[in-house]
Amino acid sequence: MQEDVRHFLRSTTGTLVTSGIAVVVVLVLIVYMGSTKNFGLPQYLQLILDGLRGGAIYALIALGFVAIFNVTGIINLAQGGFVMLGAMFCVQFYNMPFCAGMSPALRLALAAVLAVIVVGLIGAMMERVAIAPARNSPQLTLIIITVGVYTIMWGAALLLWGAGGYQLPAFSTLDSRDQILRFGQIVTSDNTYWIFGGVDLPKGAQFAGVMIKAQSMWIWGTTLIVLLGLAYFFERTVLGKAFRACAVNRRAAQLVGVSPGRMSLLAFVVAAALGAIAGIVLAPATTPMYDMGLKPGLKGFVAAIMGGLVSSPGAVAGGILLGILENVGAGVTKAGFKDMFAFIILILILVLRPHGIFGGGAGGVEEE
Amino acid sequence: MGETQQSHTHVKYAGWLPGRHALGIIAFAVLLIVLGLVETMRPFGIRFSDLTSGIVTMDTMVRAGILTIAVVGLNLLMGYTGQASLGQAGFYGLGAYASAILTVKLRVLALPAWLGTVWWWPWLVILAAMIFVGAFAYLVGKPILQLRGHYLAMATLGLGIVIYIVLRENFGFSPSEFNLTGGLDGIPDVGRLAIGGFTLWPIERYYFLVWAIALAVIVLSLNIVNSRVGRALRAVRDSEVAANAMGVDTHTEKLKVFVLSAMYASLAGSLYAHFQAAVSPKPFDFLGSIELVLMSVIGGIASIWGAALGVAVVLVLKELIRTRMHLIIPGAGGEQEVIAFGILIVVIMIFMPDGLSVGGVRFVRNLFGKPVHSA
Repeated sequence: MQEDVRHFLRSTTGTLVTSGIAVVVVLVLIVYMGSTKNFGLPQYLQLILDGLRGGAIYALIALGFVAIFNVTGIINLAQGGFVMLGAMFCVQFYNMPFCAGMSPALRLALAAVLAVIVVGLIGAMMERVAIAPARNSPQLTLIIITVGVYTIMWGAALLLWGAGGYQLPAFSTLDSRDQILRFGQIVTSDNTYWIFGGVDLPKGAQFAGVMIKAQSMWIWGTTLIVLLGLAYFFERTVLGKAFRACAVNRRAAQLVGVSPGRMSLLAFVVAAALGAIAGIVLAPATTPMYDMGLKPGLKGFVAAIMGGLVSSPGAVAGGILLGILENVGAGVTKAGFKDMFAFIILILILVLRPHGIFGGGAGGVEEE
Repeated sequence: MGETQQSHTHVKYAGWLPGRHALGIIAFAVLLIVLGLVETMRPFGIRFSDLTSGIVTMDTMVRAGILTIAVVGLNLLMGYTGQASLGQAGFYGLGAYASAILTVKLRVLALPAWLGTVWWWPWLVILAAMIFVGAFAYLVGKPILQLRGHYLAMATLGLGIVIYIVLRENFGFSPSEFNLTGGLDGIPDVGRLAIGGFTLWPIERYYFLVWAIALAVIVLSLNIVNSRVGRALRAVRDSEVAANAMGVDTHTEKLKVFVLSAMYASLAGSLYAHFQAAVSPKPFDFLGSIELVLMSVIGGIASIWGAALGVAVVLVLKELIRTRMHLIIPGAGGEQEVIAFGILIVVIMIFMPDGLSVGGVRFVRNLFGKPVHSA
């Protein structure tokens, strides 16, 4: 009897039925909780849009987890450190005296590029100094090493930049105040009209609709460009193909002349650069400081698990889904619970869908 | 991926005779009693902290005792099932909060106020908390432990953070209506423990209590390790398939250890709450869990004594770096502390992945020209 049930749950129909039930239950819960707060469509749309912003960031970080896990089998808990270092270095270079004469836009672009390069080098250094000497150690040892590296990054950031928060200007306005794009209805004392992308709100006017910060656009755009770039790299270049070969079968890749050591190095550089990019685009939307990487890092990990830990498209989908779910969940319950949803999802995924929600991660984390 | 499962922990168990245990336990107990007596008696006006020129204080020793209890549980879990718990601070926090809430917030919970005045109530709470946390770990562990690989590590990572947030957010209740955990501020004024009219405070009295419990935990764990259950667990760690074939119910054995380690953590948390006389959510967050794992790993996960060693090493190093770092690097502050700590973790993990206890024994033996293959 129990066997029958288990068998049914593992079959395609069973999976579809249980997933369908789960989705319906979650939706009903959300709508019920939302109704106690009188949420309408605009409120939900707003929550989803804000969630998409976090989701894009998690997707970038999750891709870093996947790149490293695929090639080395390591879960790199220092990933959040790359996010923080990216943001902090960008702030640092932006405020450097040597580029004081340049236009702010050029300065920002230069700072971002330099920050990505520096963090990429830090990733390479991490692999060479801390990971490569222990390559044959058990996974647990390697995880602890990455925690140690994260601790070093944290301490170094405290040393270099202190415990205070910094600021990076929003990319569109190059000012600490970001543009807000509005999509919805404006109600003033004498008339009512619709705006799409309108920036200014007339004095005393009421607004009903959704608002998007221009920085969100930058985050989505950057994520999209990075995804396209990665796809090109992995599909079209020799190095990228070697990298994928190494992820699929390390031994076979070695036999045809791909060095796993160098691919491991490449994985860390790619992950570090991805983390840094995430940190840089996130920076204007938050307060860059020494501990800003911890939470996005862990949530990127959850996103990677949601996608099955070995699949890049899965990681992106997982990140976006996670961003939306946690934001809607926090919106209908309590803001303080926002971080909790990610980890409840993590536990549920591990227990119910250990190959990732989309089931693609067959080789990722092995199951009985 | 069988080889990733703790194949490094080849400790020579055959060499662990009961007699050597007894000797080790007695020596350890005598050392602890002497150290405690120094603080209590103050011979020649020497205080305990003078022995180490102020680096290790009584406060650190009590902390070490409390953490040893939690880390012994973690070692049982990691060393004997090959699974890490990255959320042990969650159980630790549940124990601490249970003790604090049930002794301080009697009025909020509509419990009779006289419970706050009797000496045995806090002890009862400690026991109840252990049972509650154990049951909770059982419910959570049952589904998770069926999975292999590093699922437990990942799931407990999530669990620890969820517990931390639930405690920080007062279980989702509005603080003005039903204030249980006090949010970020925590709960102040947790009472001291007492037996009859004898209060276990000042600190040297509490020191004796904590270390007596810690020793009891160590002895109990050593017995478990050397019992039938322990042998079954080692079989599970080395090869789950083989253990299964030999008639070991691997899932149940793993679950037992997971529950036990959670109960140890809860006990440690309760002792922590009565030691600090207050609880706040900060020590129980993700970094708290990581610190427990570090202590465990630095000491050596496959050794009960390694737990005490790991805790002592981490705490002493922290104090050492805090009080002496500025002599090596002028003007050094907390930042260098953190960096040095991180470097240390990486170095120990690269060069002594079995931890200081097992790795240290091997190092010493090799030094005297007696190479050992399995230790």
